[in-house]
Amino acid sequence: MANLRELTHREDRLEGGHRLCAGCGASIAVRQILLGAGTDPVVAGCATSCLEVSTSIYPYSSWKTPFIHSAFENAAATISGVEAAFKGLKAAGKIPADKKMKFVAFGGDGGTYDIGLQSLSGAMERGHDMVYVCYDNGAYMNTGIQRSSATPKGAWATTAEVGVAQQGKTQKRKDLTSIIAAHGVPYVAQGSISHWKDLTSKAEKAFAVDGPAFLNVLATCPRGWRSAYNKSVEHAKLGVQTGYWPLFEVEQGEWKLSSPCKALVKTGRKPIEEFLKPQGRFRHLLKPENAELLAEVQADVDAYWEYLLKRCGE
Amino acid sequence: MPVEHKTVAATGNNMVAEAMRQCAPDVVAAYPITPQTTIVEEFARYVAQGKVRTEYVTTESEHSAMSACIGASAAGARVMTATCGPGLAMMWEMLYIASGMRLPIVMLNTNRALSAPINIHCDHSDVMGARDAGWILLFAETAQEAYDNTIMSIRVAEDPDVLLPVMSCLDGFITTHSIDRAQTMDDESVGAFVGDYTPQNALLDADNPVSHGNFAGLGGPYFEFKRSQRIAMDRSKSVIERVGAEFAELSGRPFGLIETDMMDDAEVAIVVIGSSAGNVRHVAKQMRAEGVKAGLVKVRCFRPFPAAELAAALSGMKAVAVLDRSESFGAEGGPLFMETRSALYDLERRVPVVNYIYGLGGSDVRLDLIRSVYTDLSDIAAGGEVPAGLHYLGAR
Repeated sequence: MANLRELTHREDRLEGGHRLCAGCGASIAVRQILLGAGTDPVVAGCATSCLEVSTSIYPYSSWKTPFIHSAFENAAATISGVEAAFKGLKAAGKIPADKKMKFVAFGGDGGTYDIGLQSLSGAMERGHDMVYVCYDNGAYMNTGIQRSSATPKGAWATTAEVGVAQQGKTQKRKDLTSIIAAHGVPYVAQGSISHWKDLTSKAEKAFAVDGPAFLNVLATCPRGWRSAYNKSVEHAKLGVQTGYWPLFEVEQGEWKLSSPCKALVKTGRKPIEEFLKPQGRFRHLLKPENAELLAEVQADVDAYWEYLLKRCGE
Repeated sequence: MPVEHKTVAATGNNMVAEAMRQCAPDVVAAYPITPQTTIVEEFARYVAQGKVRTEYVTTESEHSAMSACIGASAAGARVMTATCGPGLAMMWEMLYIASGMRLPIVMLNTNRALSAPINIHCDHSDVMGARDAGWILLFAETAQEAYDNTIMSIRVAEDPDVLLPVMSCLDGFITTHSIDRAQTMDDESVGAFVGDYTPQNALLDADNPVSHGNFAGLGGPYFEFKRSQRIAMDRSKSVIERVGAEFAELSGRPFGLIETDMMDDAEVAIVVIGSSAGNVRHVAKQMRAEGVKAGLVKVRCFRPFPAAELAAALSGMKAVAVLDRSESFGAEGGPLFMETRSALYDLERRVPVVNYIYGLGGSDVRLDLIRSVYTDLSDIAAGGEVPAGLHYLGAR
């Protein structure tokens, strides 16, 4: 892939001046991923989300590339229609046969794991030449930090409260990346805004394959995580280093642990507390009376790590 | 080149699929649902046989079908789809987005009842639920009209003065599945009539990047966008009439927002939408033989609503019955009744209007039921009392 020096010369397709919060992981993810699209024109779609409402306030737009938002649950279906139009217009001779274009849809975890799962599954199965990116910050942040199926167990959310009868979300997060990998699409990967080189090279692969690709990206939300806005990248990095968010890819069905995580196999992962500590949404988990729940959270992370090592043949 | 007409025996869905092929959409995105299925099946066959070069997207739901249509239309493609009943209901959110984004998508709707109880047969509760979604709504009585409306819809939707989606409706099973005598036109004539689509602000024009579907809240111009949709809808009326007149010249079949039959000297009239107009026409002729001056007004375009045309046609009637094939629970009557009566409000002389709900869930529209309506109207015309409330025609 292109080195950092080369990447700095590529045009940013998401312009500054948008209204996302300081320290928002979404815009970092978008910019790193679009750098991986190379120089071909890109049409970007977006589910209703923080990313969408903050970058397309009429009459302004932060997108220096064709952009479409239609609704919340259907970014995959919408961009699949754009891609179909590209094919249809080529077949009609209205677009030159050798013209190249890329198609990408962005959605948050609510718009992807939950309400948009059917639309995403359909688009993946139909084989459109498109990339779908989920920026996963682990809750419905745009509507006020409600729990989603991506919210980690034990996390506080405004619909998974903390009180005498309940300690945040009681269920484990859904393993969406494996679900999409099970569609047998040519490229699936998990990345994080903390590992730009890994993420941009994964984006490059995702855009390069002929057919659908899926990227699930850990993207800090300082508002929802109740974390310091100037430490977003470090916090995401802890997600990787603790094994909460392993980096891996599934290329033509072959599962591979990515190099930052391969290193962890040797050095060992940090305890999950390291990821939880700087985030206010987990404060209750670190209290002595919740030691059992914390152990459960660690056990879940360990189990997923083991599962992943097995799938990756490590 | 003169138009080559070919007489065929075909179902409404056959005729629609043929019209879609001739309109050569760049993208069709659809999901199967009874009684729309034979449209998408037949179109899929055309694709497989290379008779049309459309990119055919078989989505996993109607919501995604309309979403993909929206993406494709914003991309700059000519886009068509088909659905009905629960499928249309599932699209509901996206119907407003298609019209709000001013995308000239053409959709066939094979009118089907909404659940519960589940029912696959004809009524108009699907489309009437979507009547305020900002779509132009056309209705067919016959397979022929379904074919004609489909072709005209492309021209209307894509007209630069309109740029609104069009829903072209035909009655489920009654029109979609009955074999009828109809005429098709040759591909070249239809192709020349619909012409090429020149999109504005296409997403695929990457040299001129535009953003579609922006946020217009927080004091933004949402209200003004909605008003501009109303202006476009109002403007569409003359475009529909112009396209209808051009089409009539080509096909030899006249088109109007409404169709009047035996109205020149009529004293009583029935207003109706869709396939039941045939039953009404038949009974009106019988009534005339018996000395009743019966007439018929068929509404072919519900949005924009032809209020002035209806007022002109019904002015001076001694009694009018409006037949609604859908409920509007708790309202004064069915949607067609409410709009028709409102259209007559400003007439100098008050015209008595009665409302009949009929044919829900495919309930039979028997000729004796239509006759009973004309008989009621004759009683009113003769000075009888106008029966209060709305009437259920044929409910057991």
